[in-house]
Amino acid sequence: MEIIKTDVAIVGAGGAGLRAAIALAEADPKLRIALISKVYPMRSHTCAAEGGAAGVIKSDDSLDLHFNDTVGGGDWLCDQNAVEYFINEAPNELMQLEHWGCPWSREPDGSVAVRPFGGMKIKRTWFAADKSGFHILHTLFQTSLKYPSIQRFDEYYAIDLLVDDGRCQGLTALEIRSGEMRQFQAGAVIIAAGGAGKMFPFTTNGAIKTGDGMALAYRAGVPLKDMEFVQYHPTGLPNNGILLTEGCRGEGGILVNKHGRRYLQDYGMGPETPVGQPVLKTMELGPRDRLSQSFWHEQRKGNTVSTPWGECVLLDMRHLGEKKINERLPLVRDLCISYLNMDPVKEPIPIRPVVHYCMGGIHTDIKAATPVPGLFAAGECACVSINGANRLGSNSLTELLVFGRRAALSAIEHLQSSPSASNDPALSAQARASEDRIRALFDQSAGTETVAGLRKEMMHTMEENAGIYRTGEELQRACEKIAELRGRYANLALTDKSKVFNTDLMQALELGSMLDCAETVAVGARDRTESRGAHQRLDFTARDDQNFLKHTLAYHHPKEPPRIEYLDVVITKSQPGVRDYSGAKK
Amino acid sequence: MSEERQIQLEVLRYNPETDSQPRYQTYTVPCVNEWVVLDALNYVKENLDPTLSYRWSCHMAVCGSCGYMINGEPKLGCKAFIHEYGDHIRVEPLANFPIERDLVTVVEDFIAKLASVKPYLIPKEDKPISAGEFRQTPAELKKYKQYTLCINCMLCYAACPQYGLVPEFLGPAAISMAHRYNQDSRDGGRDQRQEVVATDEGVWECSFVGACSEVCPKHVDPAGALQQVKVASTIDWYKEHLMPWVKK
Amino acid sequence: MSRKPYVREVSKTTWFLSQPRYKRYMAREVTCVFILIYTFLLICALGALAKGPDAFQAFLHALRGPLGVLFNLAALVATVYHSMSWFDVTPQAMPIQRGEEFVPGNVIVGAHYGAWAVVSLIILIWGI
Repeated sequence: MEIIKTDVAIVGAGGAGLRAAIALAEADPKLRIALISKVYPMRSHTCAAEGGAAGVIKSDDSLDLHFNDTVGGGDWLCDQNAVEYFINEAPNELMQLEHWGCPWSREPDGSVAVRPFGGMKIKRTWFAADKSGFHILHTLFQTSLKYPSIQRFDEYYAIDLLVDDGRCQGLTALEIRSGEMRQFQAGAVIIAAGGAGKMFPFTTNGAIKTGDGMALAYRAGVPLKDMEFVQYHPTGLPNNGILLTEGCRGEGGILVNKHGRRYLQDYGMGPETPVGQPVLKTMELGPRDRLSQSFWHEQRKGNTVSTPWGECVLLDMRHLGEKKINERLPLVRDLCISYLNMDPVKEPIPIRPVVHYCMGGIHTDIKAATPVPGLFAAGECACVSINGANRLGSNSLTELLVFGRRAALSAIEHLQSSPSASNDPALSAQARASEDRIRALFDQSAGTETVAGLRKEMMHTMEENAGIYRTGEELQRACEKIAELRGRYANLALTDKSKVFNTDLMQALELGSMLDCAETVAVGARDRTESRGAHQRLDFTARDDQNFLKHTLAYHHPKEPPRIEYLDVVITKSQPGVRDYSGAKK
Repeated sequence: MSEERQIQLEVLRYNPETDSQPRYQTYTVPCVNEWVVLDALNYVKENLDPTLSYRWSCHMAVCGSCGYMINGEPKLGCKAFIHEYGDHIRVEPLANFPIERDLVTVVEDFIAKLASVKPYLIPKEDKPISAGEFRQTPAELKKYKQYTLCINCMLCYAACPQYGLVPEFLGPAAISMAHRYNQDSRDGGRDQRQEVVATDEGVWECSFVGACSEVCPKHVDPAGALQQVKVASTIDWYKEHLMPWVKK
Repeated sequence: MSRKPYVREVSKTTWFLSQPRYKRYMAREVTCVFILIYTFLLICALGALAKGPDAFQAFLHALRGPLGVLFNLAALVATVYHSMSWFDVTPQAMPIQRGEEFVPGNVIVGAHYGAWAVVSLIILIWGI
C-alpha cells in the first residue's frame, strides 16, 4: 500500500476544508497539506447554500445582538463561549472572502450589502444574490490554487482514521478511480466532510451528504454530539426537495395556507405584518424550527393545499416584482421554473418543509479539537456547538469559515507541541486491517441484502419516526429498526466487482456511514424526553432545562447501539429564557 | 403531471477491466414525466443495474457533476427533462474527455487548465482586512458577475470542436475565468494571466464556433468572454507596436 | 493498474458533420473562400489596369460573362451572410455598459446594420 506522508491531512474539500487548507498554507508555506475529498472541491455541497452568511458589519448591528439571536435561536443549547468566539471572528472571515474576490452583492456606494434572515433582530446576512454558498465555495477553491503546498487528492474516499499512541496520526483512503487503498500519515487530521441529510429521503442535501466524516470520527471513538437535532428548512420544492432560500422571505415573500391566510400569526409569530414589509424576527422571519412546526399543524388542521406531490403551503413572492426577484433571487426563479414549471413572478409557489441541516456532529471544543489528540473537525460535520437545538439561518456558511480556520490553527499548535515520531509498523498494521475490511466487503458475494434496499428502509424509518414531531414509541421503533439494518448490513452483497470507479462500493460505504449516524439520531432523540428547538416530542412537549440543558454524546459500539452520555451546556451570560418571535416584543 | 411513460435509456458502458472498447446497453425505465435524465439513471442504478457508474450530487444544476452527452448534446443530467425527449434517450460520457468508466470521464486536463490561468484575485493594492472591503459599485460588480457563474461542468469543453481537435487548447471555461478576474475592479493581475491566455494555445486557438455559449447551462457566455479577450489582446498588440510611447 | 481510460478519436476531416451547429459554423467559414477569390480578382483587375486600357477592358468583359456574373452574385450572397453572422455576435464580443446596465444586444446589432446602410449609400452615391 502506498504511503503518503504529510503534515496535515484534511478530509473534505468543501467550504470548511478549503478554508482550513488555505489557513495552513498561509501560516507556514513549508507545511505539507493533503486535501482529500471524495469529490472535486467545487462539487461539494457548500455550493448549494443560497441565502448568505451572517457577520456583524453595519453600524446599527452589534456583536451582542448576533450573540442573542444565535443563542436564542438555538434554544439555549449552544455553548456560549463558542458562540462568542464565532461572532467575534465572523466579520473578519467574511471580509477576508471579500479580499479574495467573492462577488458579494453591494450597496450603491460600493460597500457590502446585507439582507434580513429568519430569527435575526437586525439584518446582517452578507449575500451574493442567492448563490452565496456557490460563490464562497468557488472563491475558496480558486484561492486555494494559489498555494503549491496544498496537494489535492480529488475523488479519494476516506475509510478509517489511524490512531496510535492515543493520537490521530493519519487515515486510509480509497482512490476511487483505481480502487487502490492509500495510507496517509499525518501529524494532524482535520475532518470537514459535511452533514448527513441523506439519511432522510426528502432533503435539500446532495447525494454526497452521507455523514462519512461523522462516521469516520465516530468509529474511531469520538462521540457524536446532539445528533437528534435535525433542521427542517421550511421552504423546499415539494417534488424533489430543492431549497428555496430563506432570502425569499427576507426579501418579503409571505407564507399562506389554502385559505390565503398568513397562518404563522396563529403560532405565536404574529401579529400579521404588512405584505412586502417584513419585520425582523416576526411572522415569515421567525426561526426555521418554528416555521416547519407550524406547517405540521396546518397540515393536521387540513389547511394545506393538496398538490400532485403531497400537502403544501404557498410561498407568495409576486408582490416583490420581476426586477427585484431577478436581482436578488435569480436562482430561486430559475429553480421554480425549471423544476416546477411555475414562475414566482406570476404565481405562488407550493412548498413544504424539508430536511436541511444537522446541528449535531463530531464533538469538538471551541478550538475545533476533538477528544482524540491530533484530530480536529469543522463545518457541518462538527458540533462545536454554536447551533444548539436549531441553527440560525446564515450562520452555517460563516461557521465553516470561522471554524475551518480555527481547526487549521489548532492543528498547527498540535504539530508544534506533540512528538513528530510515528510508529510506522503500528500504523501500517492498522492500514492493512482497514484495507482488509474493505476487501471483505468488496469480495462478499453470498449476501442477500442490497445497498438500495437497505437505504430505502433506513430513509423510510427516519422519515416516519424521526421527523418534525416525534414520540417515544416511534423513536423506539426507529432505534430497533436501525439496529436491525446495521445487522443486516453485514449481509450485503455487492454486484459491481470492478476496481475502477466502483460506485456500488462507494454507496455501500456511504450507507454504512449513514446507518451509524441515523442510529445516533434515533437513540439521542428517544432518550431526550423534552422538546427543544428542532427536536419536538408530542409526549414531552415542554423544554426541560432541569434535566436536558445538556448535550447528548453518543459513543460508538461495533455491534450494540451507541452508549449515551450527557455534557453540560456552557452558559456564560445568557440564561435560558423564552423564545419570543412575536411582533409584540421590543 | 405525474404521468408515467416507458423510455428506452441507452447508456454507454465501458469497464476498463473487461472491455476493450465502449458498448451500449439499453434499459427500459418507467419514468414520471417531470423526471430528469438523472432520475432515470438513478432508477437504473437502484433497481436494474448497480454496476452503472456516473457522477452526480446536487440535483439542482449548481454542483456541475452530472454533465453527459444526451442524444449527442452536452447537458446536465439534472436539467435534461424527460418530457423534452422521445421514448428513446441515449446517454454518453461528455465528448472530448477520456472515458474512465461508463459515464465517468477523466477531467484532470480541465482542472489543470483552470488552475493555470491564475483564477484568483491578484489585488491591485494591498489592504489589510481591518481596513474593510474594497469598494465595488453594483455597476462594477455587474461588469464581471456573469463570468462568476461558471459551475465548471465542462459542457463547453464537450461542445467545443476546437478542444476536440487540439487538446492543448486552454478552452472556454478557463479563459472565461481569467476574463472574470481581469474584469474585476479589485484585480490587477491581468498581465500575469495574459502570459497564459493571450497565446496560440490560449485565446487564439478559438475560432468562435460559439457552441460553448449555446450549451452553457448557466448562461455564462464563454464565447463572448473569449472574443472580448481577443479584442483586448489585439488592442494591446497595437499599442505595443504602433504606439510604444504609450505606457501600459 | 486497473485504469485504462478510453480515448474517443475525433476525425480531423469529418468532425463538422457530427452536429448541425458545426455545419453552420463551417458554412460561415466557407464564405471566406468567396471573399478570398474576390480579393484575388481585384488584384487581377489591378494587374490588368497596369497592362493598359485594352487589357482592363478585356478583363471587364470577361467579368460580364455568365460565369463572372454568377460568381459575383454568389460572392455577394456569401459576403452578406458573412457580415450578418458577425454583426449578430458583436454584442458578445463588444458589450457596452452604460451605468449599471448593458446596452441591449439588438441595439448594438442595429447600430451595425445602420452603419452598413450609411456606408453603402455613400459608396452608391459616390459611384453614381
